[in-house]
Amino acid sequence: MPRYFSEDHEWIEVEGDTGTVGITDYAQGQLGDITFVELPEAGATVKKGDAPCVVDSVKAASDVYAPVSGTVTESNAALEGEPELVNSDPETGGWLFRLTLSDPAELDGLMDQAAYDEFVAGL
Amino acid sequence: MSDTYEIDDREATEPEVLTLPLDVWHRARGGRMVEFAGYWMPVQYEGIIAEHLWTRESAGLFDVSHMGQIVLSGEGLDAAVEAVLPIDLATLKLGQQRYSLLLDEQGGILDDLMVQRWPNDLYMVVNGAMKWDDIGHLREELPDEITLNHLDEHALLALQGPKAAAALERHVTGHYPLSALTFMRFGTFEIAGYPVTISRSGYTGEDGFEISLPGEGAEAIADLLCGEPEVKPIGLGARGSLRLEAGLPLYGHDLSPETSPVEAGLTFGINKRRKGIVEEGGGGFPGAERILAELANGAPRQWVGLSLEGRQAAREGAAVFVGNEQVGTVTSGGFSPSLERPIAAAYVTSAHAPPGTALEIDVRGKRLTATVTALPFVPHRYHR
Repeated sequence: MPRYFSEDHEWIEVEGDTGTVGITDYAQGQLGDITFVELPEAGATVKKGDAPCVVDSVKAASDVYAPVSGTVTESNAALEGEPELVNSDPETGGWLFRLTLSDPAELDGLMDQAAYDEFVAGL
Repeated sequence: MSDTYEIDDREATEPEVLTLPLDVWHRARGGRMVEFAGYWMPVQYEGIIAEHLWTRESAGLFDVSHMGQIVLSGEGLDAAVEAVLPIDLATLKLGQQRYSLLLDEQGGILDDLMVQRWPNDLYMVVNGAMKWDDIGHLREELPDEITLNHLDEHALLALQGPKAAAALERHVTGHYPLSALTFMRFGTFEIAGYPVTISRSGYTGEDGFEISLPGEGAEAIADLLCGEPEVKPIGLGARGSLRLEAGLPLYGHDLSPETSPVEAGLTFGINKRRKGIVEEGGGGFPGAERILAELANGAPRQWVGLSLEGRQAAREGAAVFVGNEQVGTVTSGGFSPSLERPIAAAYVTSAHAPPGTALEIDVRGKRLTATVTALPFVPHRYHR
C-alpha cells in the first residue's frame, strides 16, 4: 500500500479510497513523551490542512494536520488508554485516525518515503 | 504537525543566540538544544518524564548558567537595597539566602530573585530572561556609591533530588562539611580545585544545591558530578514540570508586572518589618502602598493550583470558567509525571480560590473539569 508524507511530518497510508493517518517517527522524537491524544469523531469532515487531532506532550500541545481532505471513519481507540503508543510505535500501532478521501488528487502534493527521508535529513 | 515549546516571545526575539560554558558538554551528552532566554539550552536528554522521575528519586544536574549572578557592594549597601526590595536585611545574616522580589511603583513584579549575605557584599541570582532589564533597573535605582558587578563569566549548576547531598559530598572540600548547610544557607567550598559557592536551595521542591562556579570549571565539575551513579543531567523540560508540581511560579508566565506578590502568594518575599508601619521600618519599597493595602484587605484574585480530570492538559492562556462567567486564566499547565495526571496553575478571582472549588477550563472549545488544589501538588522535601 502506498504511503505518503507531509512536510508537517504526518504520514498517510492509502488503500482504495481509505487513508490511515499518523505522525512520523521523527515527529514523535521531536515532541517527546506523549501524554494524551485528542482524536476526531467518526463522521467529522476535514479539509486538507485542518487540525482534527491534537497530540499533548509533557510540555506542549501540537496540532496534527489532515494531509488530505475527507470524512473520518475511525480513530485509534487504543490511544485513549495508551497514548505513549505514538512514541513507541508511531508508524504502525500508533496510527491516529482513518478517513475516506474526498479528493485523491491531493496525494500528488505529498512526498514518498525517499523524498521524506531526504527532507528530514535536511532539517 | 506543529511544535510549540513554551518559550517567551520576549526570549525568542533576542537578536543573537548565545552559548553557555557547558554548550559542547550538553551536545556531547545528547541534549536537545533549544533557544531559551537568549541562549542555547538543553530542553531534554533521554526524555522529560524519565528525567523528571529520576530527579524525584535520585539526583539531577541542571545547567542554569543563563541566570544572572550579580554582586552589589558599597557604602550604605543595605539601606540602598532595602529601597529597591521589600527585604529586611537586618535579619539576613552571613551565610543566609533569602527569596525577594523586584517591584515596580504599582507593586507589579519585575522579577523574582535570591539574595545571599556575603561578608562585604550582597549576591543576587535573577532570572535569565530578565537579567539585562534587572541590571538596568538596579543601576538606575541604586545610588552611585553602590557598585554592581555582573558575574557573566560564572556558571550556575543545580544538583537536585534526595541523593544530591550524598553525591555532592564526595567532591566538596571546605572549612566545614557540606552537611552544615540547611535549606537556604550557603557557604564557600572547593570542587576539583575551583572555588565555588554552594547554597542549599533549588527549584524542584526536593532537597538540593545550587552551585556558583567559574565558567572554566563547569565542564570538569559537571563531569565529576555526572560520574556519580546517582546523578544524570536534566533538561529545561523536566525543570518546568518539577517546579510546577512544587507549586513554584515561573517569571514571565506566572509572574509579571501585571501580578502583585499578594495575588501570587509570595508574601513571604516581603519581610515582616517591611509589612509594618513606616515609623518601625515598614513600607518604603516600590509599590508598598498597593501591597500593604492588599495584605490588609486581600487581593481581588489569587494564584492557585488546579487538578484536572482526565488526561488532557490545559496550557498557559486557557480561560477558567464557572458556568458562563470567566473567573480566571491559566498561567502554567502540563502533565505531572509524578502524579500521572494533568495539573495547572491559574489566577482566579478570590471568591473561587479556596481549595476544593470546582471550576472549568476551556481548552480548544472543550470544557475540562478542574478543582482548586492547595500548592504544592507534590510535597516539598527541603532539608531544614
